[in-house]
Amino acid sequence: MKYSFSRKQLAIPYAIFLVLFVILPLVVVLFYGFTDGDGNISFHNFIAFFQSKKTVGTLLYSLVIAVITTVICLLLAYPTAYILAKFKVKTGPAMLMLFVMPMWINFTLRITALKEILDLLEGNLAMHSYANTIICMVYDFLPFMILPIYNTIAKLDNSYIEAAEDLGASKAYVFMRVILPLTLPGIVSGVTMVFLPSMTNYVVLDMVYNSTYIMGSLIGSYFSSYDWHNGSVISIILLIIIGIITAISARFTETGSRGSKRSAIN
Amino acid sequence: MEAGGKTLIELKHIDKVFEDGEQLMDDLNLEIKQGEFVTLLGPSGCGKTTILRMLGGFDRPTRGEILLNGQDITNIPPNKRPINTVFQKYALFPHLNVYDNIAFGLKLKNLDKKTQDEKVKKALEMVDLEGFEKRSIDTLSGGQQQRIAIARAVVNEPDVLLLDESLSALDAKMRKEMQIELKEMHKKLGITFIFVTHDQEEALTMSDKIVVMSDGEIQQIGTPEEIYNEPKNLFVADFIGESNIFKGKMVGKLQASFGGAVFDCVDDIAQGTVIDAIVRPEDVQIVPENQGKIKGKVLSCDFKGTFYIVAIETDKAEIEAHSLKNFALGEKVGINIDPDMIHIIPYDSSINHYDGEVVGVSEDDVIVQFADFSLTVSASKLFGDKKVEPGTKVVGSFVPEDADLSDDAEAGVVAGNIVSFIYIDNAYRYVVRSEVNEEDYLVCDEYLWNQGDRVSVLIPEDKWSFEIVGRDE
Repeated sequence: MKYSFSRKQLAIPYAIFLVLFVILPLVVVLFYGFTDGDGNISFHNFIAFFQSKKTVGTLLYSLVIAVITTVICLLLAYPTAYILAKFKVKTGPAMLMLFVMPMWINFTLRITALKEILDLLEGNLAMHSYANTIICMVYDFLPFMILPIYNTIAKLDNSYIEAAEDLGASKAYVFMRVILPLTLPGIVSGVTMVFLPSMTNYVVLDMVYNSTYIMGSLIGSYFSSYDWHNGSVISIILLIIIGIITAISARFTETGSRGSKRSAIN
Repeated sequence: MEAGGKTLIELKHIDKVFEDGEQLMDDLNLEIKQGEFVTLLGPSGCGKTTILRMLGGFDRPTRGEILLNGQDITNIPPNKRPINTVFQKYALFPHLNVYDNIAFGLKLKNLDKKTQDEKVKKALEMVDLEGFEKRSIDTLSGGQQQRIAIARAVVNEPDVLLLDESLSALDAKMRKEMQIELKEMHKKLGITFIFVTHDQEEALTMSDKIVVMSDGEIQQIGTPEEIYNEPKNLFVADFIGESNIFKGKMVGKLQASFGGAVFDCVDDIAQGTVIDAIVRPEDVQIVPENQGKIKGKVLSCDFKGTFYIVAIETDKAEIEAHSLKNFALGEKVGINIDPDMIHIIPYDSSINHYDGEVVGVSEDDVIVQFADFSLTVSASKLFGDKKVEPGTKVVGSFVPEDADLSDDAEAGVVAGNIVSFIYIDNAYRYVVRSEVNEEDYLVCDEYLWNQGDRVSVLIPEDKWSFEIVGRDE
């Protein structure tokens, strides 16, 4: 018996998966988003979203939280990644492991632990719901910022830094004009990996009894009351935001990736 | 260019010990004159790049000082030195275009935009890439990138231009062109060029002065002609160009015996001196068998474009010659060498001498402890009637021809790695470096081993000779 598969045949399992779990749900979401309760095509759900102070407020609020989370993650991650990648710390790999380790621990366990710690520190979690939201998000997403940045810095060829110093640049100038631009692709992918989840990951907030309302919470509450139409509209809006951010970051990486490509070759 | 110019750079008593404790340089001294084209030449790991990095400010000597125009710059960071570098892989900034790459140093000097534009334009003209300002780096070929890297460095008008194996990434033809261009650029600019390479041909073509290095030590400094025609030691002779090396002896005034015959020569060395004779393949004359001083037969004859490389086997040696004529395999030929084509250096009799101490004496046996191993030898055979007792300091030595190599690490008295080898007469002479103490053992072996091979050195007991140098008080 001869076993031979064409490339097309080999792609069948994934194609089935793609249709069942990606394309079909997307079609369903689009269908619900653009229809009313009677199944007629309508933009009413959209208009309603932007007319309601509550929903637009949630959108803006989520954006603010996502921006703050991303900025804090970036400020924590970049220096950490830089030190781990560039300085010859003997314990470097172990340290990196330590930062990435939370990703290996079950999410529920991790967040419950965080909740207990916050409880101990603050006494009443409800007192600082805003700060707690940020703390939880940063805690949850920091590794996703550190890893890509660490990778680009580790790949950065030292001779670029030496060349800049050789041409008369101070350490600060070298950082601003050479290291930062050349590690931009890492920053961009870190930001994309942190920004969107921190707009929607309401499960974390639920687990620490946080009442902060973000986009994810909104979808959750609509769906739990069987309001598929409004829930889907929000999903579509988030999809559009993802699209916009990806487009913007693609332009950034396009100018920056030359550096990483070259340093990879060298 | 002129010799006897003013001294620009001085390296004084430079020691370099790496973080892992490995010592590369011990008391290295070097002077470089204003406007010279100096090439640091040597195999990889010889320390040439480390010297360049010290001059650039990227590396610091463990001890010693570096002077530029008489001022100590040892601890001055790279951005404060009037020295620029062309890096091995160019290190052009991929996120900046050609203009911004070249103007990188100018911007830091706060020059106005107009001056910057002019200087960049001039620099691009110098490297024949006019109008490339707006090009991005990844659209350039290797040769073009090389030129931009040179332009980016020289546009700053440094006192010294450092070039780190800068041509090694180019293909052969491009490299030849760049060699000539660099040489012309050096003449035009009047800047001191310090070039690092492992390619001896490149060094001979371009330099005013060559510094041959090996193992963190300077072997010889001289003009390309001096280095080629008058190599100071066997390493230089073997590393620069091709060489036939013979062991021999001075048998009369201006008469040397080697390779199975006595040759007239021009180096006046005392009669009786053991010597190494060096003859370049292009200086070996192949003549009819009955007219040659040495007779042999052709082992191989390979065409090289402008000449043939002929290997000739004689009783005593295997000799390489360059010839315009093709020879048949097995053809019987004679060999002559003109007196002034023979370069003679006295045999380095300091090799294979090791300090040891007698640690035990019993009946006729004497146990001598060296840094790497201990040895039990017969007192009557090797010390004769000289009295030895525990604590007696001795120097033990053996000749390379008496020792052998084995790939069984346990077989010999000491194991180590082959760090280099040269071909003498009809066998290879290897330098084996022991692992812990880094002692060198020179051993002749007719088999071909590779650099880096782990071998052990077999030295027959009765081939040792000892000299008593003192007593431990």
